[in-house]
Amino acid sequence: MSAARRLLIVGGIALTLLGMIYGVWYAVVAEHQELDGMGESLTTSFSAAAKRDSAAAGAALREYKELKNSYDRHVDAHGHWIVLGMVLVVLGIGLERVGFNERLTMALAVGLVLGSFLFPLGVLLQTFSRGPVPKAVAVVGSALVIVSLAGMTVGFAVPRTKD
Amino acid sequence: MAGSQGIGNATAADAARAAFAPMSARRLLALGGIGLILTGMLVGDIFAVFVLHQNAAKVGENLAAAAHAAMAGDANAVSASFQSVGTFLENRGTKVDTHVHMIAFGYLALMLAILQPWVALRESTRKKVAWIFLIGAWLLPVGVFLIHYVGLAYSPVAAIGWASIFADFGGALVIVATLACLLGIARHFRQSLRPPLEDVLLKDRSVAGRILLAGGLSLILLGFLHGAYYAGVDLYRHEGMDYSLLSQMTITAAAQNAAALDTALAGYGQLGGEKAVNIAAHAHAIEFGLLAMLLAFFQPYVSLGDPWKRNWAWVLLLGSLGLPVFVLLELKLGLLAGGIADVGGLLVIIALLAMWIGIVRYTGEIDASLPPARGEKR
Repeated sequence: MSAARRLLIVGGIALTLLGMIYGVWYAVVAEHQELDGMGESLTTSFSAAAKRDSAAAGAALREYKELKNSYDRHVDAHGHWIVLGMVLVVLGIGLERVGFNERLTMALAVGLVLGSFLFPLGVLLQTFSRGPVPKAVAVVGSALVIVSLAGMTVGFAVPRTKD
Repeated sequence: MAGSQGIGNATAADAARAAFAPMSARRLLALGGIGLILTGMLVGDIFAVFVLHQNAAKVGENLAAAAHAAMAGDANAVSASFQSVGTFLENRGTKVDTHVHMIAFGYLALMLAILQPWVALRESTRKKVAWIFLIGAWLLPVGVFLIHYVGLAYSPVAAIGWASIFADFGGALVIVATLACLLGIARHFRQSLRPPLEDVLLKDRSVAGRILLAGGLSLILLGFLHGAYYAGVDLYRHEGMDYSLLSQMTITAAAQNAAALDTALAGYGQLGGEKAVNIAAHAHAIEFGLLAMLLAFFQPYVSLGDPWKRNWAWVLLLGSLGLPVFVLLELKLGLLAGGIADVGGLLVIIALLAMWIGIVRYTGEIDASLPPARGEKR
């Protein structure tokens, strides 16, 4: 088994496991509380509007916005780690059909594994910080995934000299 | 030297022959995985046709009722309407989660099936691991589906009901089984003297397999490109609009401005539709691409004629492209596009069912072509 194939398969299963463990942790520890919190803050906001208390309505709505942002990003990170992990494993299984040399194939595999880890991590980091760093991590990660995946697609189309 | 090579070949051939025997770990995972995907897709199609739009309409109606109650100064009615919104959203969310998890676990089962030759564990252990995986993979989505109906009845925990507890336990079983496979693969790599793997699934270069592999990879790439475009152009704008439209609703309700309130409500409904179709198109393109690539590896075990295998491959790809494209067009073409998208989903289900039947029909033609095992006569 080539080093690139090993990296994709082991890295892919590890990412899938990371996504699943994260999902179970999130479901047990935080998901229900966040969903309940979103419902409560929306109700509070509209109830405050009914009492003509604009300040309380605005404050509750801002709380809803924070919770919704956090919930969406947790679910996105969980889902993307798992799906990207599975894509890596499938590409690893079929890697011997890629017509590039070992060095280029390895570079694409490294790009895919790194990007697949960084992209959901950047999404998750946005729950802690609204600054540019988490967004940059997500953008770099997704760019690495797309460029490497496009490279792999070309590689599958290039005929192998062994075949 | 020649003798030891012969023994090595026979051992590899034995392993290959046993690899897809009835009730072997690989066959259990392959058939169980496709079964999970088929059930998950059927749940998704039934949900899309009979629940999704009706549920979205109810959520919209109750949100409008809450906003109008706020305008009328009736805080109790606001609370009651939001309770209904929560109930409808929970109903929707748990059904979407059931659909998504069944399919994702099906993909993982197919992947682990392909990887079985690399999992250096005894066949009996691998079979147990496969059963643990499949039990967990069914338990989680069934548990999630029941959350809406069981609620917190007799629950020992304040925020989590029995259905959630069983769902989480199912997830833990899947993690344990996947971890066991990963350990088996790590063990395989540590073995210094391992016989070369002889696996027909990885050697296959059939036309149907190549169509599925190329089509699947293209779909995944399209899905990622669409996701990147959506994240770059629309995602943050949509998140901002979500907050600003809700804010407009509370402000206009407090100001008793019915016309402005209705405009904000209509905008919120439109926004919900835009977000939903973009996310659905992105997710379905990638998931169908992954499915096509996984099925490409199983083509040697699909016991159908080559022309039929090619036809089913094209049907699967046609449905896989049609569903996300027409889901995206739903905002412009309305229910017509929605109907075509549902037909796309149905095409994928039919093609997948055909391949599943082909795998069930497989009786060992490929294994029979391998060199005879030690002490075995042809």
